[in-house]
Amino acid sequence: MAQVPKLEENSVSKTSSSPKSVTLRIARVNPKQNTEKKFMEFSIPYQRWTTVLEAILQVKKHFDHSVAVRYSCRQATCGSCGMIINGKPRLACFTKISELESNVVTVEPMNNFPIIRDLTVRFERLFDSHHKVKPFLIREDSEISSDEKEFLQSPEEVEQYIQFSNCIKCGLCNSACPTMATDSSFIGPQALAQAYRYVADSRDKGKDSRLKIIDDSHGIWRCHFAGSCSQVCPKGVDPAMGIQFLRGYLLGFRS
Amino acid sequence: MEPLDENKEGIGGMINPRRYGIERVAYLLMRLSGLGLLAYFIAHIYETSSILRGEVGWNEFLALTQTNEGHAILAIVIAMCVFHTVNGIRVMLGHGGVGVGKPSRPDYPYNPASQNYRHKIGIYSAIVLAAIAMLYGLAVMYGE
Repeated sequence: MAQVPKLEENSVSKTSSSPKSVTLRIARVNPKQNTEKKFMEFSIPYQRWTTVLEAILQVKKHFDHSVAVRYSCRQATCGSCGMIINGKPRLACFTKISELESNVVTVEPMNNFPIIRDLTVRFERLFDSHHKVKPFLIREDSEISSDEKEFLQSPEEVEQYIQFSNCIKCGLCNSACPTMATDSSFIGPQALAQAYRYVADSRDKGKDSRLKIIDDSHGIWRCHFAGSCSQVCPKGVDPAMGIQFLRGYLLGFRS
Repeated sequence: MEPLDENKEGIGGMINPRRYGIERVAYLLMRLSGLGLLAYFIAHIYETSSILRGEVGWNEFLALTQTNEGHAILAIVIAMCVFHTVNGIRVMLGHGGVGVGKPSRPDYPYNPASQNYRHKIGIYSAIVLAAIAMLYGLAVMYGE
């Protein structure tokens, strides 16, 4: 299905100055019709600041509006537009074409997620795993019933978990993880990092119950510290760090 | 209801070392060396069982290791053993949360603290030590 329709440069932006052009290869796949993955090619002009998502939206606007892509905020906050870009999981809205330093940009659906169509994947399992580790504060009293009105924390206590609360559930870490590539039951780096986020929170009292959930043959012990999850995280969450700290509790290095 | 195709990368994706830096190379080498040492362990038990056939049987089997092929296999085993040991110590320390950095507010461009220079030095050290041990082993086997 290779075709290279070309977009006229002045139809993109009248303010553009000498834009270069890139060949955008978009994976087309529809599991419901049992079609094999094919690539469509488009020549798209771009500027230094043009993102991969903007290029895909140009294709939808000018060539083929049937290309399926999920996006929302366009500023790396909603975690919707995760996809494989030139072989690595990235957010399309957070990846500038100029950064890729290639004349060809290939976009595919994320690995280790069931495909809905083209670039969109199902997130049910990611959210199920996230929910499984109880991503909320566990304690008997509440801020409403407490005399103190709110649960106080020192800046040092906040530092222990604030990095991990940046997770936007985009799924890039699960897509890069080598264990996720072969183990359908592995809970995944996203959920494990979130388990640490709450275990490290001084307001939380649910450490033991969370450690019990992840102390499973398909839980934390399947992580082999390859670190790919941390390398692809677009928010600096560093799941590998959280997972090793979490394992430190189970191994007795931390209390 | 038919199970969903999870679009998994499979073993090909798991062992692909090209996309995620030296840490993923170490991950692959750790797996390969682990499997290699397991195979050697099984072969070693088989080899030592030849003593049941007496001194002649033992010497016959031992002669197999004195060939060029035998030396090459033993040299690779030495390299696997050293890499697996040194990198294993690094990974075990990391698994306990040692040397993986401290949690902090992330700043762009978000260099992950867990992938710090200490771990990179550990990986490169494991590779270099494995190479040195292999060359030393070859020098001993071929009589300097």
